[in-house]
Amino acid sequence: MGLSAQPRKFLLLNMLTAVGQSVPRRDGAAKVTGEARYTDDLVVPGAWFGKTVRSTIPRGTLRSITLDPAFDWSRLVLVTADDIPGDNVVQLIRDDQPVLARVGREIRHKEEPILLLAAADRSTLEDAAEHIRIEYEPAVPVLDPETATEVYATIEIRKGKDVEDVEGLEVVVQREFRVGLQEQLYIEPQGAIASLNAEGGITVVGSLQCPYYVHRALKRALNLTDRQAVVVQAETGGGFGGKEEYPSMVAIHAALLARKAGRPVRLIYDRHEDLAATTKRHPGVIRHRTGVKKDGTLLLQDIDILLDGGGYCTLTPVVLSRAAIHATGPYSCPNVRVRARAVATNTPPNGAFRGFGAPQTLFAAELMVEHVAERLGMSSIDLRRKWMLRLGDTTATGQKLTESVGSELVLDAALKAVSPLRPADVPTAGPERSEGCRRGRGLSLVFHGSGFTGSGEKKLSGTVAMEALADGTFQILTASTEIGQGTKTIFCQLAADALGVPIARVSVAPQDTSIVPDSGPTVASRTAMIVGRLVQEAATEIRERLQTEKALPPLRVEKSYVQPDSIHWDETTYRGDAYPIYAWACTIADVEVDLTTGAVRVTDLVTAVDCGKALHPILAEGQIEGGCLQAVGWATIEEIKMKDGGYQNDRLATYLIPTALDAPRIRTILVENPYSRGPFGAKGIGELPMDGPAPAIIAAIHDATGVWLDEIPATPEKVLAALGNRDTRHGKRS
Amino acid sequence: MTVQFTLNGRRVSFEGSGARRLLDVLREDLGQTGTKEGCGEGECGACSVLIDGEVVDSCLVAVGQVDGAQVVTVEGLQSPLQQAFVEHGAAQCGICTPGMLLAAHVLLQKTTRPTADDVREALAGNLCRCTGYTKIIDAVLSCAR
Repeated sequence: MGLSAQPRKFLLLNMLTAVGQSVPRRDGAAKVTGEARYTDDLVVPGAWFGKTVRSTIPRGTLRSITLDPAFDWSRLVLVTADDIPGDNVVQLIRDDQPVLARVGREIRHKEEPILLLAAADRSTLEDAAEHIRIEYEPAVPVLDPETATEVYATIEIRKGKDVEDVEGLEVVVQREFRVGLQEQLYIEPQGAIASLNAEGGITVVGSLQCPYYVHRALKRALNLTDRQAVVVQAETGGGFGGKEEYPSMVAIHAALLARKAGRPVRLIYDRHEDLAATTKRHPGVIRHRTGVKKDGTLLLQDIDILLDGGGYCTLTPVVLSRAAIHATGPYSCPNVRVRARAVATNTPPNGAFRGFGAPQTLFAAELMVEHVAERLGMSSIDLRRKWMLRLGDTTATGQKLTESVGSELVLDAALKAVSPLRPADVPTAGPERSEGCRRGRGLSLVFHGSGFTGSGEKKLSGTVAMEALADGTFQILTASTEIGQGTKTIFCQLAADALGVPIARVSVAPQDTSIVPDSGPTVASRTAMIVGRLVQEAATEIRERLQTEKALPPLRVEKSYVQPDSIHWDETTYRGDAYPIYAWACTIADVEVDLTTGAVRVTDLVTAVDCGKALHPILAEGQIEGGCLQAVGWATIEEIKMKDGGYQNDRLATYLIPTALDAPRIRTILVENPYSRGPFGAKGIGELPMDGPAPAIIAAIHDATGVWLDEIPATPEKVLAALGNRDTRHGKRS
Repeated sequence: MTVQFTLNGRRVSFEGSGARRLLDVLREDLGQTGTKEGCGEGECGACSVLIDGEVVDSCLVAVGQVDGAQVVTVEGLQSPLQQAFVEHGAAQCGICTPGMLLAAHVLLQKTTRPTADDVREALAGNLCRCTGYTKIIDAVLSCAR
């Protein structure tokens, strides 16, 4: 019986039957049977294969592209910059990144796309690539961000007095920290399939996080109308930010080939190409000068941030913004100066990666607490309690925290979850671990702004729609993508409880730009909190109209984000409410350091997370555990070695990520501390787990060995070097 | 050449170069796309299949090598592990899931009462970037007898 016949029957449920329950995930069955269709699984009759030919130099001028006249080119389609009907630009923030390098113009990094090929079979493509000669006039590449002169963005945050005027500094500690590149390493490489559509345009199906980013980029480069450009997300095998902006490039390339070939073209990267050419986490250098009284009272944080943006701007200014705002750590300091700068070098561009600048600067901030505590002879936990932001405090941007401040809650929860014995005092577990190993424990406290920075959500004004259908079911229309985090399931939970219907009656429409409105990108820990809230609001309105107006399905309601009047942000001065709300985490890591090999093993990891409300506890834990392990990898083994402006270890055999054997058992404690404007109280937590583990691990290594590392990853080489530099034998542990 | 093998309990025949990767033959010729390519170099395990009951990276196997063999892909798997993966949150993006399931299946076939360390050992060749492995290990242990 349909809802239209007996609407009240389904609309009287007022309890939460879905939210807070770990209901089965919507995409679960398809994923455990092999039925889920990822981009490369899609059968497209008549499709050719595409290939991208890339620069082999980091910097120079593209002189010429010469095709071997003896080769049979009739079997291929070849696309150069001259074949681009629209602008030769990958639409994002700055118009600096070309779709394809143009002859006579600058090459700014290795692996920069120069031309595209398509053919009926892969071997023809490989043959053809051997018969193309590309000539360059090389220039000296800029590879050191510290001497780079081209600047993508600068940010300055000031709070309180000028740093020179701050008085009463009894102890001043200065330290410099370095963080390395990191690859997102979604297990499904980038890929897109482009086909000509009935509108005289192009439809791209791909592995992506942000359908409307790709939509805008396609329109611009291919000179298409809104209707002609259609972007559809296939099942997507992980993103982590790596499929935020780069899929625009892949999609445009596939579309250009399809347009010229007059047939569908599949452009699927292999792992080597994906590692070599796509964006990485921004490496950085962060310098702190912290001034305190002898009793630990925090008086001054003076912080310099340098991020390396690589060859093109991509999202670098926004990454820098999040880096700068999180640079103080979750602490209340009366006088703050943050000077942040992102520069251009001739490496492949760096871009979005879970945490988006915050993990880099929080790493430094958390280790500064340790260094100041050590200098003062205080416990770093006590110092955190003294410094931490609490309800009513103001952040570096002058944002007054008026609700849902979880700093102390997560600190207490994490401490309670670990045995009071320090790992160094615990007898070792196995014989192979006892010889020549030292154990230690470290802690970190972090916060992470949920949603876009400042006025981002207001400018974007993301939209969702909800439809009540005549058969008594409800459909959520949103551009937010499922990339493993559980969005499809969470949205159905939110809608079901807001509607007061069983969750089985709610579904999510496909992420297809010809069907769904622009809800904004699936990034920035914003999907469950910002878009989820819109889903809740749309569902609530549908319920009201069905109940009070006795409206009959089909009904459609759209909701767009409206910035609450209480949020103020000044982009020019960087003052105001940087984020709608913050999520908080305290992480405690136990490590074992092998003094002979320098290898670091994380043996236990506990993290307490203030998520506002756990909409789906298993999915929330899954996000946290996965994010934590990604951070363990960044902190310990994930190292990219540079050579001539390219990545030396651009294969999975040489770029290592944690396996099941390397991973500690991660224990998650969900702390519910509701946020009034989150859906059912929830805050965004997608990125937060990336922030805490690295500084906790470095502090644990110090606890174990007495040496401080200022740089991650803490590879065996770095650990051994640091151990070798100790001037005294390991004795005192602080 | 002609290669004949059993795929998920059905006899199949493949005509063509025996040097082609089993992964490609499964996906492109036989339409079984549950087996994924993550690296093409035998590092990630996304392309894991069972050949005569052993977990093998199908990107490293020439189809000629499976002549006469029993090949099982995720499409042919019927195991309580699948439901357990859904219930425990062991599948997120899902791209590693087919290979992970097959590796776990072999462990449970061979080992009664595996420990968490046994599970870690058995899954060490299958990379997952979403879960941190904790929920995968829980799911596998929940199916152990």
